[in-house]
Amino acid sequence: MGMIKISGLKKAFGRKQVLDGVNLEIEKGKITVILGRSGEGKSVLLKHIIGLLRPDEGRILLDGQEISSMSERDFNEVRKRFGMLFQGAALFDSMTVGGNVGFPLKEHTDLADADIMKVVSEKLKRVGLVGVEDMMPSELSGGMKKRVGLARAIVMDPEIVLFDEPTTGLDPIMSDSIADLVLDTQRSLKTTYILITHDIPFTYKIADKIAMLHEGRIIEQGTIDEMKKNQNPVVRQFLEGRAEGPIKVY
Amino acid sequence: MLKGYLEKLGRSAGEFVDTAGLISLMLFQTVVLAFTPPVKFRNIFKQMEFVGVQSLFVVILTGAFTGMVLALQSFNALKRFGAESLVGPTVALSMARELGPVLAGLMVTGRAGSAMATELGTMRVTEQIDAMVTMAVNPVKYLVVPRVIAGVLMFPLLAIITDFVGVVGGYLVGVKLLGINSGVYIGRTIDFVQIDDIFAGLYKATVFGLITALVACFNGFYASGGAEGVGKAATSSVVMASVMILVSDYLMSSFMV
Ligand SMILES: Nc1ncnc2c1ncn2[C@@H]1O[C@H](COP(=O)(O)OP(=O)(O)OP(=O)(O)O)[C@@H](O)[C@H]1O
Ligand SMILES: [Mg+2]
Repeated sequence: MGMIKISGLKKAFGRKQVLDGVNLEIEKGKITVILGRSGEGKSVLLKHIIGLLRPDEGRILLDGQEISSMSERDFNEVRKRFGMLFQGAALFDSMTVGGNVGFPLKEHTDLADADIMKVVSEKLKRVGLVGVEDMMPSELSGGMKKRVGLARAIVMDPEIVLFDEPTTGLDPIMSDSIADLVLDTQRSLKTTYILITHDIPFTYKIADKIAMLHEGRIIEQGTIDEMKKNQNPVVRQFLEGRAEGPIKVY
Repeated sequence: MLKGYLEKLGRSAGEFVDTAGLISLMLFQTVVLAFTPPVKFRNIFKQMEFVGVQSLFVVILTGAFTGMVLALQSFNALKRFGAESLVGPTVALSMARELGPVLAGLMVTGRAGSAMATELGTMRVTEQIDAMVTMAVNPVKYLVVPRVIAGVLMFPLLAIITDFVGVVGGYLVGVKLLGINSGVYIGRTIDFVQIDDIFAGLYKATVFGLITALVACFNGFYASGGAEGVGKAATSSVVMASVMILVSDYLMSSFMV
């Protein structure tokens, strides 16, 4: 059964129709990877799921309840079940790394500062960062920012996690350990993951389901094996990373 | 030609209505959220420090030179009527009712208002505000409310300081430089200046604080278009707030005489 059900989702910015009828079901406790070319609207799709953008048409259901038309106040309750990593990490640059990762705990729990720092250090360690709590985001490398963003997204152990390109800018060893982190939390906490990535080895390691976004719609979806066998030339070209094919590089 | 002009006029009128609507909405949300617990004391103090303490130097400088030049000019004018003894009250009244709040307001708008707009604008275009929303934290409550509270509380304080420094500056020029009798200067000032005059200035300063903080937060909050957009937000917040300070100053003065 789909935990999140997206149907007929359309979104345009000005004259540009970015999403043109997206239909997608996200299963509870599974890892769904959304693939698609740069600029296809993957980030826009993710922002609709967490209510940062509202659809022009179509609906998003969470556990059978329509969230896409909810008031901002009601949606805020729903958002407490989510964690999100932004493509650019979106760290608060006026706060330390520790302050960033601990922010949701500080705002939504009664934990004492010392206990917050304990959780923060533990989460940072899971993304391979030790002793960075007092650094400012401006002192971090791109990949480190990303990992701090990852730690912040999972600090509340959310039910549903949205990751926008979690491994972009990370070295292959770090990417692999992020894959382990995803698999770990999925197994132990039954976390539902929706990930956007261009990283095919990463996808093959973690995905329960792959969905391909192309020209505003989900054109194909399936398990890794199904997608590997899929004969749609767009899917083939993308998974094999070729410049020639139906998708044109302008 | 005329049609194009009318269209442009129509569009900017539309934009004006949009802006006015959005600012009013933000003001409404700010007031409601300011009285909704929990109160973020730490954020409020941080902003008060930023708006107030860090503006002290500018405001003292402004007050001192304004008071000094006022004494000089009013001495030259009043001398013609043989009324040099009124330099003290002239300086004090001008400072308290008008120049203290207005000049402090304009200076602090340039300093703190533009910085607020830049900070919030940067947070907007780098998706930090969006990130806050995804963490179920209301960005108006977290970012705008403390700044507006700080503006409303600190502007009157800065205006008082400006008044005081201005009066001291006026005294130094009037008594030490121009040779007005010290006792006369102080006595006349006390005779003429009433507590209501000081309060009239403080009400104004409170309104200017609200205008500066709200306009800065508004421009930052709705910034778009990268670094250029952030720059535009800072500029337009200073221009918008300064104009609003001058216009509201006139309106308030005309009600308060
Ligand atoms: N707030 C916005 N205003 C206007 N246009 C937007 C906005 N957000 C996204 N777009 C447009 O929507 C399209 C899709 O953007 P999106 O960021 O979702 O792409 P993406 O698939 O995530 O690409 P990438 O892989 O490069 O991150 C782009 O053409 C972009 O210009
Ligand atoms: Mg993207």
